[in-house]
Amino acid sequence: MDFGKLFELVVAASLINNFVFTRFLGLCIFFGVSKKMETAVGMSITFTAVMVVSAAMSWIVYEYIMIPLDLTFLKIIIFIGIVAAFVQSADTIMKKVSPALYYKLGVYLALITTNCIILAVPLINAGEKYNFLESIAFGFGSGLGFALALVIMASIRERLETADVPAPFRGLAISFVIAGLIALAFTGFSGLITL
Amino acid sequence: MSLKPKSNWELLKNGMFGENTIFRMAISLCPSIAVTNGLKNGVALGVSVVFVQTMVNITVSAMRKFIHPKIRIPIFMLVIAGYVTIIDMLMATYARQVYKEIGLYIQIIVAFASIFARAEVFASKNKVIPSFFDGFGMGIGFLLAMIVISFFRELLGKGELWGMSLVSGNPLLIMILPAGGFLAVGLLMGFFNWIDMKFYGGKGASGV
Repeated sequence: MDFGKLFELVVAASLINNFVFTRFLGLCIFFGVSKKMETAVGMSITFTAVMVVSAAMSWIVYEYIMIPLDLTFLKIIIFIGIVAAFVQSADTIMKKVSPALYYKLGVYLALITTNCIILAVPLINAGEKYNFLESIAFGFGSGLGFALALVIMASIRERLETADVPAPFRGLAISFVIAGLIALAFTGFSGLITL
Repeated sequence: MSLKPKSNWELLKNGMFGENTIFRMAISLCPSIAVTNGLKNGVALGVSVVFVQTMVNITVSAMRKFIHPKIRIPIFMLVIAGYVTIIDMLMATYARQVYKEIGLYIQIIVAFASIFARAEVFASKNKVIPSFFDGFGMGIGFLLAMIVISFFRELLGKGELWGMSLVSGNPLLIMILPAGGFLAVGLLMGFFNWIDMKFYGGKGASGV
C-alpha cells in the first residue's frame, strides 16, 4: 500500500479541491452553521466522522453488491439510501449509548442528510474507481476541508457581528462576498500537488 | 402560510419571486455557484430542476393519502432520486458535452433542500393541480436565478454569451473563477435586497 498516495489524496481533497471553495458543495450547511464558532466546531466533528463511515460503507456496497449485480445505474438512489439509513441509526444509537454527546452533536446529525457533500463523496469515489483505503482517505480529507472552511468562516462571521455593514448586504449577502474572498485565497493552493 | 388557498397564478408567482429559492430562501445554493460560469450550463441545470421539482410535487401530491407520515422522508427521497436518475441518464445520452461539465451537480439535485422542502411543505398537503403550479413556479424561480447569475458571470468573465463572443478586450477573469461565483451571488443578493427595501418596504432576505 502506498501511503504517499493516500496522503496526497487527503491534502488534495481538503486543500486543493476543497469542497466548499472550489466545488461549491455543502453551501447550505456552510452558511447555515457558520454563525457561531461553537456550532461550527460541533458540526465539523460530526461531519468528518459521518463522512468517513459513509464513504467506507458506500464503497463496500458498491464493490460487492452493486457491481456484481450490475446495479451501478442505481447508484444515486442507493447512496442516498445508505447515508440516510446510517445517519438515522447513528442518531438512535447515540441517543441510547451516550446522551451527553447526543445533546451536543445530535442536532447536526439530523442536518447532515441534506448536505450535498455527503452524497458527492461516494459518487466521486465510484466515478474515480478509488480502492477501499483511498475512498476512506478521500472521505476524511473532504471532511477535514469542510471543517477548515467552517472554522475560518465562523471566526470571520463572529467578528462581523460588530462590523458596520450596509443594510442591504447584512446577513447572507456579505457572507457570500466574504466566502468569495476566502475562495480567492484557496485558489493559491491549486497546483500544489498534481495527482 | 395563509389559510386561504391561493390561486394558481399566485402560487406560480410566489415560487418565482416571493419565495425565490436562491435569493430569498437562500437554499440550494451549491449549484447556483458551481454551474453558473456559463449561461448554457446554468440553463441546463435550471431546466432539470424545473422538471424534477414539478414531477416530484405531482407524484408526492398524488400519493399523499398512501404515504404513512412516519416513513415519509425516505419515500420522498426515493421519489426525488428516481426522477433525478431519469434526468441523469437522459443528459448522459443526449447532451454529452454539458453532462461532462455539470454531471455531478445533476446527481446532486437529490440533496436539494428546495425540492424536498416543497414536497414536505406543500405537495404532501395539497391537491395535484395546485402542487403542479407550486412546483413549476419554484422551478422557474430557480431557473431565473440561474439565468441571472450565469448571465453576469459569463458576460463579465469571458465576454461571451451562450458561447458567442460579444465584448472584446480583457475580460474580468475572476468572475469565472470559483471566487467570482461567490462574489456574484453575494452582490446580486445585496442588490435584490436593496430593491426590496427601497421600493417595496420589505426587510430583505435575512437568510438562514
